[in-house]
Parts: sequence; structure tokens; C-alpha cells
Amino acid sequence: MTRKLPRKDVVIIGLGWTGSIMANELTDEGLDVVAIERGPWRDAAIDFPPNYDQDELRYRIRHELFLRPDQTTFTFRNNMSQTALPIRTWGAFMPPNGVGGGGVHWNAETWRFLPSDFVLKTHLTERYGAGFLPPDMTIQDWGVTYDEIEPYYDRFEYLCGTSGLAGNLNGQIQAGGNPFEGPRSRPYPNPPQAQPFSHTLFAKAARELGYKPFPQPSGNMSQAYKNPLGVRLGPCTYCGFCEWFGCGNNSKASPQTTILPVLVRKSNFLARDNCEVTRINTDRSGKRATGVTFVDTSGEEWEQPADLVILSAYTVFNVQLLLLSGIGKPYDPIANEGVIGRNFTHQTISDVTGFFDKAKFNFNPFIASGAIGMCIDEFNGDNFDHGPHGFVGGGYMGQVQTNGRPIETTPVPAGTPRWGAAWKSAVRDNYLSTVKPGTGVHGSFYSYRDIYLDLDPSYKDRLGRPLMRMTIDFHENELKQNAFLTDRFDEIIKAMGARETLKEYRKGPYDITKYQTTHLCGGAVMGAEPSVSAINRYLQSWDVSNLFVMGASAFPQNAGYNPTGTLAALAYWSADAIRTQYLRNPGPLVHV
Amino acid sequence: MHFGRRELLLSTALFIGRGVAARAGVIAGQLPWRPGAGAPPEPVLPGSWVFFTDAEGAAIEALAERIIPPDSDTPGGKEAGSAIFIDRQLAGPYGRQEGLYVRPPFLKGVKEQGPQDEAGPAQQYRAGLAALDRYCRASYGGKAFAELADADKDAILAGLESASVKLDGADGKTFFELTLKDVQQGFFADPIYGGNRDMVAWRMIGYPGARYDYRDWIGRHNERFPLPPVGITGRSDWTPRKAEGSK
Repeated sequence: MTRKLPRKDVVIIGLGWTGSIMANELTDEGLDVVAIERGPWRDAAIDFPPNYDQDELRYRIRHELFLRPDQTTFTFRNNMSQTALPIRTWGAFMPPNGVGGGGVHWNAETWRFLPSDFVLKTHLTERYGAGFLPPDMTIQDWGVTYDEIEPYYDRFEYLCGTSGLAGNLNGQIQAGGNPFEGPRSRPYPNPPQAQPFSHTLFAKAARELGYKPFPQPSGNMSQAYKNPLGVRLGPCTYCGFCEWFGCGNNSKASPQTTILPVLVRKSNFLARDNCEVTRINTDRSGKRATGVTFVDTSGEEWEQPADLVILSAYTVFNVQLLLLSGIGKPYDPIANEGVIGRNFTHQTISDVTGFFDKAKFNFNPFIASGAIGMCIDEFNGDNFDHGPHGFVGGGYMGQVQTNGRPIETTPVPAGTPRWGAAWKSAVRDNYLSTVKPGTGVHGSFYSYRDIYLDLDPSYKDRLGRPLMRMTIDFHENELKQNAFLTDRFDEIIKAMGARETLKEYRKGPYDITKYQTTHLCGGAVMGAEPSVSAINRYLQSWDVSNLFVMGASAFPQNAGYNPTGTLAALAYWSADAIRTQYLRNPGPLVHV
Repeated sequence: MHFGRRELLLSTALFIGRGVAARAGVIAGQLPWRPGAGAPPEPVLPGSWVFFTDAEGAAIEALAERIIPPDSDTPGGKEAGSAIFIDRQLAGPYGRQEGLYVRPPFLKGVKEQGPQDEAGPAQQYRAGLAALDRYCRASYGGKAFAELADADKDAILAGLESASVKLDGADGKTFFELTLKDVQQGFFADPIYGGNRDMVAWRMIGYPGARYDYRDWIGRHNERFPLPPVGITGRSDWTPRKAEGSK
């Protein structure tokens, strides 16, 4: 029997970055807010204290802080002619679980997208003509512009204490920063992080080749910082245990280190952890959400009525909950109709490893942080003329090596045996003198008609719900992009003085076993037209006006940057629209 | 609708280390905290096999010693404890595929779809070692793998890797990949898990271990970091042994 809880003004599904931002904004407005989180409460003292946080086996190899596939997973296939099979253990991406969401175990690379990224279809069509785009590519404009969300990027960066160097201050290009970025209204709140040897060597080589390298914007603190909410972060200690780990030192921006200490003390906020929302409930018209149903760890089912529902789970789970709740028209790639599940994307990643003379180079690769690095942006977005190359999109590239953890970071030159005495001596001889950027080339992934999400017809999760089915592969446009970018990256690694390099292009078919990034995007995209978007420019559902859907599921296609800065800015933008427009006059904020 | 209590408790709890069963809770008013809330890792204790039989343990030690052979500077996989590491891991959540998705049907797909095995690592090792033993005894005059000459062991490993050696009752290539991965992980993991004894692997490559503050070193470019490695539980010379001068 379902037990009914007292009504709240707002129910938030998932207490990660966007859920925490929304909760803080809406409690500031005086609303009574409850957040329901599938995973456990997490913080440094309990889950990743500095006396045993540096455990590669536990956190990275055995996935301590992530969703267990036994709780729920996805099925995967490359194309519609295959049978999708379940992802039984994580590989290509690592879905989060618990309070803080991906903000607990991210690297904290805190990028803004380019102004042209938000008007992509219009921009590319104007510059190259409609015929330049592949016919099955389904990119579109976001319905919001860079200038509109710039103040919200700024708010997130000041919340996080992002360390970086401005490249464009109110239209003035700044030496040492990224000259391609959109204009920012003020400098970063913190100076850039110090850089290890190999990262500075990359910058030097890039400069000599005519590029303009700059420090990667980082949510790892270059110095102690007190944010506008009064929460303090400590300086990063460059321990090299950032991505896939929590920060034992409270030096990495996360909901825990920036918002939650303030939020949980508010009398109009309450969070439930280890409770999984199974459905967004709607009234008979189907146009108004009445709240949510969730199940706790003892198997008890509860109904939480609320006037406003904020869906802020991970990308794929946002889409799943919309489908399971019957909200929005499911996408059908054959008829090319419907929106829920449409324009699903990931990232196009590759790497080049550089092997250097160990008598001359000692990189101490273990001294690093998650978002440290020197990058160039000459080949991102439409920062270069794509005309001669026959593809669109691009990415940043850089020496962004985050660690020298030895289970995963024992690079050996091509041709080395995988075991035995020759392998062992190659590991010994190359560990300190090798550059292994990891996600050295971080490219865009544009949307296509045949890449989408829907409900799997046969596999179920522990609650008996259908798993989400991913149908995804790399298209020729992204593979061409990656080959071009990887070759440029290799030139810079060689110019650093590498004795030899190992180029690992991204190749098809898309492989679920090899880590790329956790930047799954799309499936419930924002836009100006309800026929091709699930939510309007304020992240409000076209179908259910008291439902707002946060996160990277809103991205119509993915740019060549990490998504967190943009999805957090959109959350602030949406919160502002709720506070200044929706609450005064509840109903659709956009009429078409 | 009512979901079974036991199923949900088992499904949402974490089982790494000591494992703290997660229960639904309410967070309001203050940050949740209780003394002893963390779950530090439990050190592996030396001693007899927990998962392996003696014969299986001897075979794994011999495999570890050929995958990572000893040299004049650094011990091999056997002496470093990779077999103990694997034994203890197989006796724990890893061996049982705990937390992974193990619901049917188990269909064969393309390799990009990842492993689709109903059997977890514990079963795969049991079957793989038995199959390897049968192969060795049939091909090498009744001898077990551990009793073979190094050249013969290496030839078998190379044959499994290239799939030119076929085992009866197990997929030889899958067994090879599993063993290779686990032997090397045990060699480089924190010594608290039973391998990498005295941090020999970290010493070999120059990795200083479970440190967390390099602020004094971030700006010292192209200099060798001078301090020896340290594990989660410290270092043996932090706890002097009885006899003076002993290591």
C-alpha cells in the first residue's frame, strides 16, 4: 500500500549539482522543498577521508562511489539491427549514485561552451550552407544564447571558486587566457592552479607551434576560498586522486563543499537518501504533475505530493523517468517523430601518449589534480574553417593528465609484450618519463536520427522496470573530426620532445567497455519548438508546465567541452525563471 | 505495490570493504554524522588460502611469477603477493560479481557490448585452473603447470594469449586475460590487499604511494621526488621489528 506524505511546495528528484542548486534557490524563495535521492548521503569524513582515499583498487577499479549495475543499468547496441544487451559492469561511462551526484567524483573541469555552440544549426548553415551537414545529422539551436546565460555561468564559477585565467573580459582579449571563449563579465574567482612539469612543457611546445595555450578552468582550488554562500574550500594538494574519487581535503568543488552545508541547515529543506523515485504522477489531464512516488530501502512505497517537480537525475535516468511516467511523446526514429529519447549524444575522445628520454625527463606524474592542465582551443567548435576538412565540430586538446596511479597508469611503448620480463622493465623505464594525458583530445559529439534512447523490450531492473536502451555509434563526421584533431595533438606532443608517441584514435564501433567520459547528453532536449524538444528554453516541460528537467539531458547535441559548467548555468537560469516568472503566474513560460 | 524488503536491502547497499548497509534516511537541520561512520579497508592477513585449494594456489603463484618474473632489483609476482591478492579478492565481493547486473538472459553479443557471463571471476578461475591443469598433465607428461620449466610455462601463456592453446572446459583466452589483469592489479594495488608486498612495485617505478600533499613539489620541475613510498597503513620501517638491524 502506498503511504501518502504531507504536500510540499517542491519535490526534487536527485540531489546532485543541479538538484542542489535548485533546492538552494527555491528555499531562498521561501518554498518548502524536499529532495529525494536514490543513493546514500556522502561526504569526505564518512566516505573518502584523506587517510584511505588514495586507494586506486577500491574507488577506481571496484567503483566504490558509483551506481551499482545491480540497482539499475542500461542495455546497449550499436544500431537498430542488433539486440541490445545489458551493461553488466561499467566501462565507457560511470553513472553516479548518492548525494552530490557526479559532483562528488568529477575532475571539476569547469568549461563554458562557445557562443556559436548555442546557435549551432543556424551558425553552421549560415557559414557553410545546409548541404555541408550530413543529411541524418539532427543538430539544432538551444533556444537560449550564450549572452543570456553568461551571468549564470558566472554564478556557478563563483560558487565553485573556479581557478582559471580569463581570455575574454567584456570583449577584451586577455593574454594567457583562452582567446576563443565568449566574453565573461569578470575574472575567475581564483587564479589558475600551479602546473606540473609536463603540463608547462605542453604549453611551451604549443606556443612555439603558434597556438595560444591557457590553463584549464579548474574546480580544484588554487588557494583557500570562501564562496558567496560562506562555505570554505581548502587549497588543492595535487594528490592525484580526483576523478572517480571524492576529495578527502574539501579542495574540489562539489555540492558537499559549496552548497549542502548551507542548504541542510535551512528549516524549509529536507532530503531523503536511499529513496528511489519510480514515477512522476500527473492528474487526469496528464498536463499537471501532482508529485512523485518513491520506494525506500525497506520496500515501502510512498507518495510525495508537490506543486512543482524538479527532475534532476543523471541524463539517462531523466529520460527513463519521463518515459515511465508517460510524460512527453516517446521518440520514434523510423517515423522521425516524438521527442523523449531523441538527440542522445556522448563525447568523442582520444589520446596520444608521449614517451620521453628518461635520462632527461622526470615528470612525477603522480603530482596532479583532476582539472589541472594546459590546453588549446584552436580546434574546438567552429574556431577554425571546416570548409577544407569535410566535417563539423571539434574539441579542446591539452596535457590534462590527472594522475600517475599505477594500476591504470603504467604506459609502455607500442610493441612491448603485455607480460614477462620485457613488460616489467618497460614499465619501470617509462613510468616517470611518459606523458599520458588521458582525455587529451576532447571532441564534440553531434546528434543523429539513429542515435537515441528508449525502453528495452526485455531486460528489467530490480524493481521490475524496463532498462533504458542506448542505440549509439560513431558517425563518419565524428571519426573524421577525431582523426584530424588527434594528428594535431600528436604534433604538439612530439614538439615537447617525445622520443616516440602512441596515437590512439577514436574508432568505431562505439565500445561500451572502454572508458571515454561520463558526459552522456540529450534525450530530453531543450529548444524553441515542441516538435523537436522536450522542454522549453527555461527547461520547463512542454507537456507538464509544473515539471522542470535539469541536466545534460537538455543538450540538443554535445560540444567539445565538459558539460558541468553549462548544465549548472542552465539550472541557475531555470531557477531564475521560476523565481521571477513562474511563481507569479504558474503555467507555461513559453507559448507557441 | 510492495517490494520485497530483503531484495531492496541487498540491492542498494554497498559491499566494498566492511560494507555499510545503506538505509533510507532523512537529512534535515544539520549535516549527518555519527562516530565511526566510515568504512576503512580491512587489511589482508597472510596465511593459508581462503579461496584456492593448495594445488590451485601453486598454479596461480606460478602464473604470477611468469607474468611478472623476478629480477635482480624487484621480486616477481609470486613473492610480491599477487596470488594472495587474487585469493582474497575471489573470496570477496569481486569473486561473486557482487553489485553487477547478473539478470538473465545471458546472450552472446559483439565484443563492444562487454562481458555477458553468468559465471563470476570465482567460477571462472575454478574452471580455468582445472582446465589448465588437465591441459598440462596431458601435454607435459602428467606434470602440473607449477612443475613445468619456465620456457614451457611461457609457451603455454603465449599460447593462451594468442588463442593457439585451447583448453577443454574453459575459454583459454578469457582465462588468460582475467589472470593477467588480476596479477598486475595485485602487483600495483595498495599492499593492504595482499599484493605489492613492502611496496616493491611502487619502489620499482618511483611511485610514492598513498600520499596526499604535494604542494611543496608542484613547482619543482624535472626533479626526482625523494621520499620512499607509503601505503594506507604506513611503511614497515615505521614499526621497527624486534631484532636491531633487521629489515
